[in-house]
Amino acid sequence: MNEIKYTQADFKSDQEVKYCPGCGDHAVLAAVQRSMAEYGNKHGEKHGNYVLVSGIGCSSRFPYYMKTYGFHSIHGRANAIATGVKTANPDLKVFVATGDGDSLAIGGNHFIHAVRRNVNLNVVLFNNEIYGMTKGQYSPTSKLGKITKTSPFGTVEKPFSPGELIIGSRGTFFARAVDQEVGLLTECITAAAEHKGMAVVEALVNCVIFNNGTHAPYAGDKATRAENTIVLRHGEKMVFGANKDKGLVLDGFKLKVVTIGQDGYTLDDVLTHDAHEKEPYLHYTLASMKYPEYPVALGVIRDVDEPNYDNEVERQIEEVQATSKIKCVDDLLNSGETWTI
Amino acid sequence: MNVKELNDVVIRFSGDSGDGMQLTGTLFSDTAALLGNGISTFPDYPSEIRAPQGTVAGVSGFQVHFGNSPMLTPGDYCDVLVAMNPAALKANACWLKKDATIIIDGDSLDEKSIAKAGFKTDNPFEELGIADYNIIIPNITSLTKEALKDTSLDLKSIVKCKNMFALGICLFIFNKELDHPLEYIDAKFLKKNPLVAQANVTVLKAGYNYANNTHVFAHTYSVQPADLPKGKYRSINGNQAIAWGFIAASEKSGRPLFCGSYPITPASVILEELAKRKDLGVKTVQAEDEIAGICTSIGAAFAGNFAVTSTSGPGLSLKSEAMGLAVIAELPLVVVDVQRGGPSTGIPTKTEQSDLKQALWGRNGECPMVVMSVSSPTDCFDMAFQAGKIAMEHMTPVLLLSEGSVANGSQPWKIPAMKDYHEIKAPIATSLDEGESIFMPYKRDAETLARRWALPGTEGMEHRIGGLEKDFLKGTVSSDPKNHQLMVNTRAEKVAKVVDSIPVQDVYGDREGDLLVVGWGGTKGHLQMAVEQLRKEGKKVSHCHFNYINPLPHGVKEIFAGFKKIVVCELNMGQFADYLRMSHQEFKYEQFNKVEGQTFTTVELVDKFNELLED
Repeated sequence: MNEIKYTQADFKSDQEVKYCPGCGDHAVLAAVQRSMAEYGNKHGEKHGNYVLVSGIGCSSRFPYYMKTYGFHSIHGRANAIATGVKTANPDLKVFVATGDGDSLAIGGNHFIHAVRRNVNLNVVLFNNEIYGMTKGQYSPTSKLGKITKTSPFGTVEKPFSPGELIIGSRGTFFARAVDQEVGLLTECITAAAEHKGMAVVEALVNCVIFNNGTHAPYAGDKATRAENTIVLRHGEKMVFGANKDKGLVLDGFKLKVVTIGQDGYTLDDVLTHDAHEKEPYLHYTLASMKYPEYPVALGVIRDVDEPNYDNEVERQIEEVQATSKIKCVDDLLNSGETWTI
Repeated sequence: MNVKELNDVVIRFSGDSGDGMQLTGTLFSDTAALLGNGISTFPDYPSEIRAPQGTVAGVSGFQVHFGNSPMLTPGDYCDVLVAMNPAALKANACWLKKDATIIIDGDSLDEKSIAKAGFKTDNPFEELGIADYNIIIPNITSLTKEALKDTSLDLKSIVKCKNMFALGICLFIFNKELDHPLEYIDAKFLKKNPLVAQANVTVLKAGYNYANNTHVFAHTYSVQPADLPKGKYRSINGNQAIAWGFIAASEKSGRPLFCGSYPITPASVILEELAKRKDLGVKTVQAEDEIAGICTSIGAAFAGNFAVTSTSGPGLSLKSEAMGLAVIAELPLVVVDVQRGGPSTGIPTKTEQSDLKQALWGRNGECPMVVMSVSSPTDCFDMAFQAGKIAMEHMTPVLLLSEGSVANGSQPWKIPAMKDYHEIKAPIATSLDEGESIFMPYKRDAETLARRWALPGTEGMEHRIGGLEKDFLKGTVSSDPKNHQLMVNTRAEKVAKVVDSIPVQDVYGDREGDLLVVGWGGTKGHLQMAVEQLRKEGKKVSHCHFNYINPLPHGVKEIFAGFKKIVVCELNMGQFADYLRMSHQEFKYEQFNKVEGQTFTTVELVDKFNELLED
């Protein structure tokens, strides 16, 4: 079954990519195409088995650029439509491309319920903290005080953090990566594809036109990222910094940043990442870390194995079919109380 | 005791919503159906699950119309009213025929209960002006207690059996046997709670014997079996029949059935019935909201399932945008709207036909859908099947309008055989057409204009669809002006072409006359009864009833041209009449409209038609 040898190019459609020059979405597109090729080569998953569903927004133009089945739907509903696709045919590999407006504002309800049901979807959530396609209004993830066209004096509303929302709803998979690191982004999306359940990868993307540099303070360049983000990998110590000399320790119920070798802290004191721990508290705390108090957590933060919706639906059908006497519509119509005239 | 022959009888069972009146009514109607009577029933329950006991707001009713011919409607006014308390009497007094029999629990006629029902005096019968009706006042509660004096059941459980006493009385009056209800009680309670089963049996027999022994009834009545076509029958309600019709369409198309839906009165039973059918591979998603209901279904349709979604008016409003997506994506989908009183939350448990304009036009853009309707509980099966057939064969969303009275009403149904139903041939594409280098998702069938359905999972047929305007062939995004016009025209033409796949419009009665009664949907039985009555009197009246609304069937113009007057009767303020004024402008339309949450009565229809005939 492993005779396929895909490369990223095999997943490019013939359509011209119309994202703005410098937009972070280009990176996500490349990462998804690479992940699909990798996953396809490993599992024998062919082109025709991938479905990409999107909502509305810049990110949601995604399906047109992919040589897979694609459904560019309506604003906010990508997760609901993808739930239908996956439930109807669990053999398909279903991806969702969605944005902070699409999944956290107009489609918030579908998003949290897809997380709750643990539908086996691979969701790439493009978070640029702005409404780009409508030309620059604030989004539910815009930082407090953000000045935009619809908040000329700054927003007075607290942003959502997608990771908190997902882990708070006991979602089974959450990862985060920035657009400038296509390698890590690809790693996260591939891990999401391997996960059996609702897997959300938050891609911190830059909107070069309407929100340029929103992630720059912690993710602007390689040196900044080294000091201000932490890449979490299951089984590895939670260390960061250009010299890997900083680490996270637990101080009461809170995380604390320490320098290894200072104040008596050694590498042994630093936490080891367990992405498979079912209890969500530490994952939640990691996902909540905000710059500048903490490094922003990247990589696969949570990846736990729990029953997923589409499998459970199939299982229940098999169980009922094994015992029911009703095998066809004629059986159904003649079941229960009948009489003859 | 004398036995009088009757053609048909209407009984209304009513009591507190916890009194078990729905069960009592169902047991009576099932018994009558088993004995070969024609039946039509309608439950009438309040929105509140358990409104305060003994108040008019909490009265729950179940009407049974049975007779020696097929019953077209659950009947307007009742011959017998069973009232378990004064509130039930008060709520239903306006539905009594002039010489009706009233059976009311004497134990409930105490000062407190009479006051609670809102009577101003201590004599409810005089207050309602029905003192000279045939009123029977057995002390149902105390007789039930007496019958169960030896049981070890607690008082509450004992009193709960009193509906069986009332049922026993009715079964005796109408010369029905006890076999069916006894079997039912055994099946329902014997294993779970033998004591309760025994108590119900005892009280049922006690009621039956009471009626026999006390001679409070001067006569008993007999209604002969109806001359129904030979065959195997079952009882079915409208919602159940719609659910089963979808399953049948799934079987005949080979496409698995998927229903994404959100519970809403009075449509929830469709989702409930489908959720039971895992044995037939039916998948249901109880969605987080109405929008997700239709969107999961649209996703399932894209994935190759026969997808349906069920709702009522407020939910249809929420589904509008997504219906537009199904239209532009040209995916097969059936949306059922079981209409209820509106606007907004309106009157959820009452019937209305006021969503027609919303169904036809309630979407942004030029957004035509096939719109059709059901007209009786038993035709729901065939109409749901047809809706599925049209959706899949023409690659279009279809809106199927039902309404509260049909959804909850039940009738005996001659069980069809699936071998008598046509195969449904969805245009599924598994490989490229000759000369095609990549799949062109919007290439169409020359006859129907339906596009092909290439299912994800099929290698080599990858394509993208969506809500943006599409190139006429390739399906890629296009905002080209001429292409948009062409696509708008083509989508409209595709829906219009469905006319060639539906039956030519028929008419009940002569094709020429003084008055043509036009209706659509669940008023069919009432309109037909009124027309029948006038025709028996020699009046030149015919009835033209519509199941297919967009497109309208062939032959409408020819029928309309044969009549001096046309009256459009509907349970809204004239929505179908307006539609006909647009589509068939050459005719003048009179209207008869009612928006009272209740369907027409034959009496008011006959009056209206006579008035129009005399003008």
